[in-house]
Amino acid sequence: MYDVNYHRASSVEEAASLMSRAEDGKFVAGGQTLIPTMKQRLAAPSDLIDLRHIASMKGIRVEGGKVTIGAATTHAEVAGSADIARVCPGICSLASHIGDPAVRHMGTIGGSIANNDPAADYPAAMMALGADIVTNKRTIAADDFFAGLFETALEDGEIITSVSFSAPVKCAYAKFANPASRYAMAGVFVARFDDGSVRVGVTGAGSDGVFRHKGMEDALTSDWNAGALDGVSVDEGMMLSDIHGDAAYRANLVKVMAKRAVAAAG
Amino acid sequence: MTTVNMTVNGRKVSGEVSDRTLLSQFLRENLNLTGTHVGCDTSQCGACVVHVDGKAIKSCTTLAAQMDGTSVTTIEGLANGADLHPVQAAFREHHGLQCGFCTPGMIMTAVDMIERAKASGRKLDEKTIRAELEGNICRCTGYHNIVRAIEAAAAAMA
Repeated sequence: MYDVNYHRASSVEEAASLMSRAEDGKFVAGGQTLIPTMKQRLAAPSDLIDLRHIASMKGIRVEGGKVTIGAATTHAEVAGSADIARVCPGICSLASHIGDPAVRHMGTIGGSIANNDPAADYPAAMMALGADIVTNKRTIAADDFFAGLFETALEDGEIITSVSFSAPVKCAYAKFANPASRYAMAGVFVARFDDGSVRVGVTGAGSDGVFRHKGMEDALTSDWNAGALDGVSVDEGMMLSDIHGDAAYRANLVKVMAKRAVAAAG
Repeated sequence: MTTVNMTVNGRKVSGEVSDRTLLSQFLRENLNLTGTHVGCDTSQCGACVVHVDGKAIKSCTTLAAQMDGTSVTTIEGLANGADLHPVQAAFREHHGLQCGFCTPGMIMTAVDMIERAKASGRKLDEKTIRAELEGNICRCTGYHNIVRAIEAAAAAMA
């Protein structure tokens, strides 16, 4: 790792101000992606601004059907939240399968979303839940937030402070993990809302990162049943293709994972 | 440079380190606590697992500066004098190690896993133990005796 100047921010305003003074700064929360990337010298920020100690960015609030999760909330905290489990168990289950127990004690939902790794789990849930990504400047709908591989709508110096969404009636996440890295080769989050509408978020498989699948959403809106997906086609042309699985294989996996998710949601 | 203050194994420690110093380096090189091992150094093998404020984390994937003000427990802090911690005793009893390189991380992960299961009232079955060992790699044992040791330790600590 190249040398770096570490700063601990105690408020969102302080973090933004530290960033504006940094030559080439990066925000760090759990650091479970950024620190390894810096160790490999694939990232070499001049300054690290630590967001883990900002009280207003931590914690979980469930009011009625509205769920708000502070950006600095760890995967372990989401996985273990009885309050979220009551209204949206699918996201607890998703969080409980990210990385390993030690990674889940450090990694945060804000970090995962801001990094937008094409194989990360949370982006699929944000898309399927129609979440709002709240920053220190504005609120961005998940549909407008994720902008391709490792790209988001975040501007320089913009900080995700929380995410919020209305709990669906039913939801679940199914992931086919790479046997070695355990990252998703295809991960599908399905959510059905009280007006009968269905949203489907897909991660790990798309060549342009996380996406919603309109065909599956339409099929499941008219018939909430895994079998309703039989006739839906997943376009191979938009799938990743690499040594772990070619496009046709991934297109099939997406459908299989979607069916498993619908079955798990019940 | 940053001054880092921590409580490590119950002892207050302080060190002047460069900001890029990893927690694993700080423990091994500044404090000479070489029980925490560095295997892959890429967050995968778990030989470097320690507890920070009671939670297992990978010390090779954390800056010492990020951990300023915390309480850290390493493998050296588990035994009570000559009395092994129940997880250490179970690993010895059940041959949960061969070369021993991964063992500090395995044991710190096992203690964390058993304590979390206890706190939530869950019983640790073999399937759960294997899933919870996701982030710890052992190239000798085939995991079988490690799982047995953790089952036995969980029963001893119930």
